Amino acid sequence: MAPILTVTNLTKKFSGLVAVNDVSFSLNQGEILAVIGPNGAGKSTLFKLISSFLRPTTGKVTFEGETISGRAPHAVARKGVVRTFQEATIFKALSVRDNVLVAHHLRSRAGLAGFFLGTTRARADEAEFARSTDDILGFLGLKDLADAEAGSLPQGHLRALGIAIGLATNPKVLLLDEPFAGMNHDETMRAVQLVKGVRDRGVTVMLVEHDMPAVMKISDRIVVLNFGQKIAEGTPSEIQRNQAVIDAYLGSEDESIGI
Amino acid sequence: MMSDRLQIIGYAVFAVVMLTVVPFFTVLAGRNDYLYTFTLIALLSIASAGVWITFAIGRINIGQSAYALVGGYVSAILVATYGVSFWLSIPLAGLFAACIAVVIGLPILRLRGVYFSMVTLVSTEVARLSALALPITKGAKGMVNLPMPGPIAIGGITLVPDFATLENPRIAFYYVAIILMLITFLLVWRLMRSRIGQLFVALQQNEDLAQSAGIDIARLRVIAYAISSFLGGVAGAVFSAVSQSVYPSSFTTQDSINFMLNCFLGGLGYVFGPIVGTFVLRFGWDLLFQAQRFQLLIYAAILIGLMLVLPNGLLSLIPSRKGAKR
Repeated sequence: MAPILTVTNLTKKFSGLVAVNDVSFSLNQGEILAVIGPNGAGKSTLFKLISSFLRPTTGKVTFEGETISGRAPHAVARKGVVRTFQEATIFKALSVRDNVLVAHHLRSRAGLAGFFLGTTRARADEAEFARSTDDILGFLGLKDLADAEAGSLPQGHLRALGIAIGLATNPKVLLLDEPFAGMNHDETMRAVQLVKGVRDRGVTVMLVEHDMPAVMKISDRIVVLNFGQKIAEGTPSEIQRNQAVIDAYLGSEDESIGI
Repeated sequence: MMSDRLQIIGYAVFAVVMLTVVPFFTVLAGRNDYLYTFTLIALLSIASAGVWITFAIGRINIGQSAYALVGGYVSAILVATYGVSFWLSIPLAGLFAACIAVVIGLPILRLRGVYFSMVTLVSTEVARLSALALPITKGAKGMVNLPMPGPIAIGGITLVPDFATLENPRIAFYYVAIILMLITFLLVWRLMRSRIGQLFVALQQNEDLAQSAGIDIARLRVIAYAISSFLGGVAGAVFSAVSQSVYPSSFTTQDSINFMLNCFLGGLGYVFGPIVGTFVLRFGWDLLFQAQRFQLLIYAAILIGLMLVLPNGLLSLIPSRKGAKR
């Protein structure tokens, strides 16, 4: 499999503190890659660097051979690298359907003035977005809730809506920020199936996650960070046997690596 | 929330009343002063519509007076100094204000919450001081004795007569202001019901999320602010013609605050909220004139009370059918 996204010698310093230190790895087309590590390992910073919400101090991120680090987040999303957020990050006051509709915007061929005037092209866009929205809502089991105000959804559906917003942009790479946080076992298992479903739609997935059993179940490969550095990379079974990883988790008293 | 249909029907009734009943009775009663008040209210609600649009992207704009002042001066200078037709000066004043808004908006729209509001609050004062200092605006004396709007003729047919030849230009100005207001709010309605409105609300809800979905938030914010300021400029331009003058103090910080209050009072969730807010605020103030020195006290107390009881504005009083969508 060819790498679709490559992280090269990425470093981020915050006034002296090195949050991400010389990290390199690549994401292959069509895989699910998890980034794990104890609290404070630099996972969130790495996530923001890849989605370009932060600029790296040194190093770069390339997507399909083109450097994306340092560009505006919306421009990176337009290239096809789209992130989701932790918890209930949605457009609360909009309906579920409108949440997904509005996220289709980067696919529009009509200009803003076209949408104001209601040109043929704008109406064609709207019709296509409506079809795609129905498809995505159906895929994520949100169809019956389409007209509900998004802010009123229960937790599990909120997470699904977050993924729906991501899918609406038609991404090539979807970056999921702790997609299983705060979920019970059953909810997590459903969400795992969902993420696998997203991959089966042809989207490459990278996720940052704490929930070890879920990560072991879902990932093709895992990258482990500790104190900002990459300490291991491999398949779930390789990672479980890796001594450096076991030491990092035992040392931090964070959580056990085993299932 | 009221259904779209109900709002549009309400607006159509309002339009008919303002175009027929109101002018008929005020002229019948010989109350030119009322006509002037209504003209002013129409112009103030156009400026308030602009402020309402910045509310839609989640920014509290307390600087609309700056753009109204700019619009007033641009129109006055074009008409009095360069002999440009007043009618042409209206869109030009709006465009000039919008261009300034783009330049100022690019840096300041990065700010959120109270920081953005504070900068806009200062902008009115900057506009006033600039008008005092610049030679072209004639300083504290202001620009006075502005000529009346000229005629509009296409192919020899006079569509709008020369206002200087009219027996009662007050009623002509009344129609200009009312028609402009009616058109403005229809366009804002259309804007907010289009994808652009949806994008504005997405921005208001969560800029980070909008950005992650590939939406160019910086561009959209500037567009919203430019439209807002365009409306401020248009209102200012017509105001300078109605009063045939414009001074550095024609629009003050107090007016900026009023524009914002008009939006609050009418309801931030309703496109037509600023009209309702402007009417109530202006007439409420005039009615309380009887209270003399207690006028401001009573007025302020009522405003505070209304905001506490009706956080979603006066229009939220109108009941909607169950399950009706906004």
